[in-house]
Amino acid sequence: MVQGPAAVAAPGRGRGRAVTALLLTPTSLWYLLLLLVPLAILIVFSFGERSPVGGYHPGLTLENYLRLPTRQAAFVNTLVLAVASTALCALLGYPLAYYLATRAGSRRTLLLILIALPFLTSFLIRTYAWFTILGANGIPAILGALGVSPRPVLLNTHFAILIGIVYNYLPLMVFPLYVSLERLDKRLLEASKDLGAGRWATFRQVTLPLSAPGLISGALLVFIPMMGEYIIPNMLGGGKVFFVGNALVDLFLQSRNWPFGSAAAIGLIMVVLITVSIYLFLTSRGRVQREVSQL
Amino acid sequence: MAGQSQERTGQTDVEFRSVTKRFGAVVAVDDVDLRIRAGSFYSLLGPSGCGKTTSLRMIAGFEDPTAGEIFIGGEPVLGVPPYRRQVNTVFQHYALFPHMDVGRNVGYGLRQRRVPREEQERRVQEALDLVRLSAYGRRRVWELSGGQQQRVALARALINHPTVLLLDEPLGALDLKLRKEMQLELKALQHQVGITFVYVTHDQEEAITMSDRIAVMRDGRIQQEGTPTELYDEPANRFVASFLGQSNFFEGELLEDGELAGVRTARGLILWGRRPGSREPLAAGSRATVAIRPERISLAGDPPADAAVDRETATLPGRVLQGTYLGDQSEYQIETDALGPLMVRSINSEGLPAAHFGAGAAVRVAWRARSSLVLGI
Repeated sequence: MVQGPAAVAAPGRGRGRAVTALLLTPTSLWYLLLLLVPLAILIVFSFGERSPVGGYHPGLTLENYLRLPTRQAAFVNTLVLAVASTALCALLGYPLAYYLATRAGSRRTLLLILIALPFLTSFLIRTYAWFTILGANGIPAILGALGVSPRPVLLNTHFAILIGIVYNYLPLMVFPLYVSLERLDKRLLEASKDLGAGRWATFRQVTLPLSAPGLISGALLVFIPMMGEYIIPNMLGGGKVFFVGNALVDLFLQSRNWPFGSAAAIGLIMVVLITVSIYLFLTSRGRVQREVSQL
Repeated sequence: MAGQSQERTGQTDVEFRSVTKRFGAVVAVDDVDLRIRAGSFYSLLGPSGCGKTTSLRMIAGFEDPTAGEIFIGGEPVLGVPPYRRQVNTVFQHYALFPHMDVGRNVGYGLRQRRVPREEQERRVQEALDLVRLSAYGRRRVWELSGGQQQRVALARALINHPTVLLLDEPLGALDLKLRKEMQLELKALQHQVGITFVYVTHDQEEAITMSDRIAVMRDGRIQQEGTPTELYDEPANRFVASFLGQSNFFEGELLEDGELAGVRTARGLILWGRRPGSREPLAAGSRATVAIRPERISLAGDPPADAAVDRETATLPGRVLQGTYLGDQSEYQIETDALGPLMVRSINSEGLPAAHFGAGAAVRVAWRARSSLVLGI
């Protein structure tokens, strides 16, 4: 009799487990087939050799990794531009998200839709539009007509890439920021002012730290895909500014050096992992420090 | 010297002069005059939407009056932002900073004023001692119970030694037992620190328990202002009489005004009652209401044959509709032919026979005319 309840509960628990398994199976399979398996292949390839006709030849060598420094420029370019444009997105996105969350009033929904609107057209078309705007017949032509000489060259520069990147990635920064600012309890701001803090002091001590989660996730959403960016530097940078993404395409499709390409891809993954880890470590430590009392 | 000290005790900490606050077409506060004495526990009491919270927010500086003037400590504060006012607030839901521990929350005001580090630490500890949370400095605010969060909010406000402490329904989120405890604690604390407390509540019992003076508000206006006793015993109108405690009301036509006034009720019975000291004059023939507190009516088991009413007493026969035994007291719904239904509360004190009347019992209902009040509608 004592075992009664357990005996009754057991089938229930078993069913619970079955449901859990059912819920998780599709995504597990998805990740297994499309993430873990390719990753394993990539790792295996990266230690292999290029076969004479291109592609992969089994082997076990560190040669590919030792050759990575030859692509140093691409890695540096990618990292510098990704960091710079993440910072720029944060700088531009924060005031916008703040305005939307606190002051936009009834216009808020309309503005949110407007921000999301470019996403209704294809990424390629949006970027191609910038290609035209920044190209010789775009802004430089207008400036030339206005008497600016010599006409500035905008296309195929770091600047053009930065514009394309910020334009395409800004909403990814704005939305999480908007959510965290919108959720911020306005009474906390009143409490801060009540306790003697002015506008700026309140922003620095209450608004900013409490919207940090939105800022951090926004930064990750922008930074991580940007590290693998290929189309924007290709179109707006004219191949002059070489990204890791471009290097990978070259290695896999042009020179068909799959092992070296795999090593470069692993290198990119490592760079992203390390950068993100350092970033998360710094931001979480900073928050803990702020929160701990001097008592 | 004597004149000076008299001036000090009579000093006004908060003053409203014809203050009006409109939000669009809504008049939240309507031409209010208010004087709150230094060192007193002052409550703004009224139902939701009566303008009490708006009044508080105008003292804090979160809202500016549409018209009129506000003085804090004798100084006009119009246009002075909240962070420059010598006023601190305990917010309704505490509004503690979730990203700071208890000590950082309490010390927030001191950090804004760049108080030296050692002094900050000392005063934070003092403030925590004051609210009996000495060992809680390192705790997360969301780890604390409602009552403890309440105390942190108090400590965070009091640490700045404000001229006036504003409290916006601070006990609203607490359960009944804790609320009772905190009422006493707040009152004791106010006595200890000697700061003027302005307390906003819709709970009449809370206001009566703690306040030195109460302003009863309705629709943006002050209905009556006075000590709890004055408000309970001498309500200026029917709203105040119904908002503080319970009353039986009998409407009718005023026969004559005076210290004692007579009212002909709907069923023809003429009731006599006292007119309150702060009365608004009433014209003979106008509508008036007689208010009788349920505990001022006595019940006995010997019903008279007829209703007998004069300028001294009222005695009516009645029948118990429902009797509720509450332990220390009993509450009755009585039906009378002469006046209709009325509520009676009798204290079950020692010495008196526990004469609890069941439903259907025939009873004598009686009260002294001076225990009832004649008020305007």
